[in-house]
Amino acid sequence: MVEPRTRNIRLECLRYAPGIDAAPRMQAWDVPFTDDMSVLQGLQYIKDHLDGSLTFRWSCRMAVCGSCGMQINGVPKLACETFLRDYLPAIRIEPLANFPIVRDLVIDQADFLAKLESVQPYLIPRAPRTLAEGPYRQTPGQMDAYYQYSQCINCGLCYAACPQYGMNRNFTGPAALALLHRYNSDSRDAGKAQRMEVVNAEDGVWGCTLVGYCSEVCPKGVDPARAVNQNKIESTKDYFRHLLMPRGSGSR
Amino acid sequence: MSARQTYTRPVAGWWRRNPFYRAYIVREMTCVAVIAYALELLVGLGRLVRGPETFEAWLTSLARPWPIFLNCVALLLIAYHAWTWFEVMPKTLPFISVGGRRVPDRAIVASGAIAAVIASLLLLLAFLYL
Repeated sequence: MVEPRTRNIRLECLRYAPGIDAAPRMQAWDVPFTDDMSVLQGLQYIKDHLDGSLTFRWSCRMAVCGSCGMQINGVPKLACETFLRDYLPAIRIEPLANFPIVRDLVIDQADFLAKLESVQPYLIPRAPRTLAEGPYRQTPGQMDAYYQYSQCINCGLCYAACPQYGMNRNFTGPAALALLHRYNSDSRDAGKAQRMEVVNAEDGVWGCTLVGYCSEVCPKGVDPARAVNQNKIESTKDYFRHLLMPRGSGSR
Repeated sequence: MSARQTYTRPVAGWWRRNPFYRAYIVREMTCVAVIAYALELLVGLGRLVRGPETFEAWLTSLARPWPIFLNCVALLLIAYHAWTWFEVMPKTLPFISVGGRRVPDRAIVASGAIAAVIASLLLLLAFLYL
């Protein structure tokens, strides 16, 4: 059997230890790697062999869990599906942009999770249904209307890509608004009127200026920019409906 | 959650950090050309109100190399600005299906751009020959 070729890459990584470092600093290592090694495996090599204090999140190693999002040469990416071989001779790794740094590559997700919760991300049926009545039925066409928006893995790359979120932390943001759209476009759901409050708010869809980078970096093809901007039309329709029929307009 | 000490990096200068952001800023800045040309037309309208001689004098003042050059630059910037709108058009549309198949984004962008080119050509022909 042929031994895999091992090369070295200069891996530069942001370090920050709360209470010790006043501000983040950069630290670099020469990391031996083979062509099949991901950036995540490079970080694991450092933690196992060079510096055990390096802190980062990871779990599934296969772009399913959404834990290992980080800025790789300034671009938000999942470290598990990004390969060291593509970055010779040097690679720069930083925590996801726009989030507060907890330690090294670990960011504080609290605000992101609160945003996800704020859109009522669950089916709100017209009338409660008993188990005896069986499951909800849906045609392939009805499922197609929301399927891609349901593929989000909550990795946060789109928030790191969104300058509007960086400048205004109150902006509901791409993933949460895409999740909102996922439920609003589900044929089994009747919660649109409640969710329109989030859509219409100052920090709802109108906080977006269609930079479009969220959809570019999304590892799952969710296209949050599309969800957000379709809801600008929904919000406009809702506004005029409310203007013409102040009572009984349903949503608001 | 308990208050923990975190570090938030400054966002200032964010648009310089990535080619995608720079393209976005270029896209947004080309609207200045749209405003400039709209103001130029507005001035022309003001001259027209004051009488045919004033209007003719304004037209002659524009038929010099510098104004022609600036208007050509504005035309290029406005054309690019218009193209960027077609580029983002799919983001504003619900999924469209034809014969059970979803229309790809590229087809939406292309059909919008082609329609705009045809409309512009028709307008130009009407202006030249009617």
